[in-house]
Amino acid sequence: MYVYNDFDEAFVRERVAQFRGQVERRIDGSLTEDEFKPLRLMNGLYLQLHAYMLRVAVPYGTLNPSQMRQLAYIADRWDKGYGHFTTRQNIQYNWPKLGDVPDILEALADVGMHALQTSGNTIRNVTADHFAGASADEIEDPRPVAELLRQWSTDHPEFQFLPRKFKIAVSGSEHDRAVTRAHDIGVRMVRNADGVAGYEIIVGGGLGRTPMVGKVIRDFLPKEDLLPYCEAIVSVYNLLGRRDNKYKARIKITVHENGLETMQQLVEERFEAIRQGFTGFDQELLTSIEAAFAPPAYVEKSVDAYEAARLANPAFKSWSDTNLSAHKAPGYAIVSISVKKHGQTPGDATSDQMRAMADIAEQYGHGELRISHEQNVILPHVHKADLPAVYAALREADLATANIGLVSDIIACPGMDYCALATARSIPIAQEIATRFEELKIEHEIGELKIKISGCINACGHHHVGHIGILGLDRAGVENYQITLGGDGTETTAIGTRAGPGFSADDIVPAIERLITGYMKLRENEDETFLQAFRRLGMEPFKAILYPPAEDKANAA
Amino acid sequence: MPRAFTPKVITANALLEGDAVWFTADDTWSPNMADAELITDEAHADLRLLEAQSRQSEIAGAYLADAKAGPNGPEPTHFREEFRTRGPSNYAHGKQADNASRT
Ligand code: HEM
Ligand code: SF4
Repeated sequence: MYVYNDFDEAFVRERVAQFRGQVERRIDGSLTEDEFKPLRLMNGLYLQLHAYMLRVAVPYGTLNPSQMRQLAYIADRWDKGYGHFTTRQNIQYNWPKLGDVPDILEALADVGMHALQTSGNTIRNVTADHFAGASADEIEDPRPVAELLRQWSTDHPEFQFLPRKFKIAVSGSEHDRAVTRAHDIGVRMVRNADGVAGYEIIVGGGLGRTPMVGKVIRDFLPKEDLLPYCEAIVSVYNLLGRRDNKYKARIKITVHENGLETMQQLVEERFEAIRQGFTGFDQELLTSIEAAFAPPAYVEKSVDAYEAARLANPAFKSWSDTNLSAHKAPGYAIVSISVKKHGQTPGDATSDQMRAMADIAEQYGHGELRISHEQNVILPHVHKADLPAVYAALREADLATANIGLVSDIIACPGMDYCALATARSIPIAQEIATRFEELKIEHEIGELKIKISGCINACGHHHVGHIGILGLDRAGVENYQITLGGDGTETTAIGTRAGPGFSADDIVPAIERLITGYMKLRENEDETFLQAFRRLGMEPFKAILYPPAEDKANAA
Repeated sequence: MPRAFTPKVITANALLEGDAVWFTADDTWSPNMADAELITDEAHADLRLLEAQSRQSEIAGAYLADAKAGPNGPEPTHFREEFRTRGPSNYAHGKQADNASRT
């Protein structure tokens, strides 16, 4: 794993000291809130409905056990004993007190972490495929590049006052697990006709009130050109992006209004102008970063115990069927730990659970943990021989829910339980859906299904790319939930289509149940997923299920 | 005729804790909405908001929120403001916990 060098360390400490001074001046009244707000946002500190909220970056989703333990310590010492993992591979603390935040930042710096650029109109935490460095379908580990981008973008003098926030995601695999097409810049590793690895560069994706699927601006970029090319894109956006209207300020609108060709031309011109400035030092740096991401020392041992446990223990079998993914090393598996026990808040982990996950990673997982954009925690390298022990330890920590990729593995933003921008709650809807399907005991039968819920049009819960998306709105002073269908956040990204009028808080869960049981009758066979059935059949049959004629509804009730 | 003015309270987040607080008639901040001054006159509301906003070392983000008179004092009319008197729905944290421990 990448470890801070002296420069990183000094820089982060200095920023903490600066913020400590700023907080002191805010508390003694010499800074007004208007003056302080941009300063706190630069350090990831928000003011929410009931308290402050601190957003801590987990760069490219990677954590080591001591970092995870420190997150647990922070939760216990300065918060309410838990943290919330988000779709952008951050962790949010919902209850910090203003005066404690400098100490929290100091505690983060102790383990090489920070909250810089987790807010504001800057380049945000660079996210990556959570299976990076482990997945069987990977071309190369994308994290060294993500770390290079993090170093380049952190405090980049030209990019501290962009027209709007700027999000970059990188993926090193054929399968896109980083939602690269819904980011301002998506970097996808690909091979050209000669088998040489390089990047496909996607630009102008985004969700929010104007969802857009990103467009390919360069289909093959040689690896060594990445930084100058990204710098060219951000630099063109910095000048061309609109500053007159917050809702038209993201690069997706810049691309949309100016056209991809104009963007392409401007970016290529800028790229030519600046690339000589990158003298190759970035590539030397990349080489040294790569060394920090060397694969772990894989071991070889028999997997007999694993196979035997699968035969002997149906609960273990069910968990290993849903929560494991293919690893590139023989005998290994990638474990997804569900932080979505039925009825719990998606993405919330207690400090005890964080410590348990850190211990398991240390003992059985080559000391590595990941946060996924689906709000789960990943053990990227576990030998199958150790899986029975890992499963037992997870059960002990109440973390052994076998629901990865299923109905109850829901993404939900904080919504109006925490967020000041929300128009409705999202967490209780997620809790109720998961609880209901647990009662019905049909989620394994339903198969792969992604439900994503946002509490307002900003779409932090990715509802646009949910197979079933739910958007909470305020309709004349009452919470109301709109359903979209057919969204997809993978390499075949699609924005979901609105099904029709919204549902009340009481009617939304029955509507989702109707929709899903209806799909089970419509599907060709058990292998046809909800998304495939939707693509084959189109909206109409699903609409008919969601909005039955009035008398049918009366009979059914 | 101008549109009728709906009664309001002034609310904000406390500077240190960040929790919801309401502005009272005697210029203090209360964690309890029922203690708030219920403002029924628009000009008075504007004036009081300026006064509230000037108390920078106590609060952040003061604004006017719709409210109605209740038996014990002002009550929220919108669900967002109601949540602010209570706390989140997924855990017994925030004011609901403070209130529970007080009784
Ligand atoms: C609770 C405080 C939060 C605030 C104030 C907030 C604010 C916003 C806003 C204003 C946007 C729209 C940006 C635009 O369209 O220009 C947005 C988008 C987004 N946020 Fe949040 N957010 C919050 C929490 C979260 C959380 C918890 C997550 C992860 C679960 C998240 C992830 C995202 C994502 C993925 C998008 C859409 C992608 C895009 O930028 O287009 N946010 N957020
Ligand atoms: S989608 Fe809206 S409600 Fe949810 S976290 Fe984002 S801004 Fe808040």
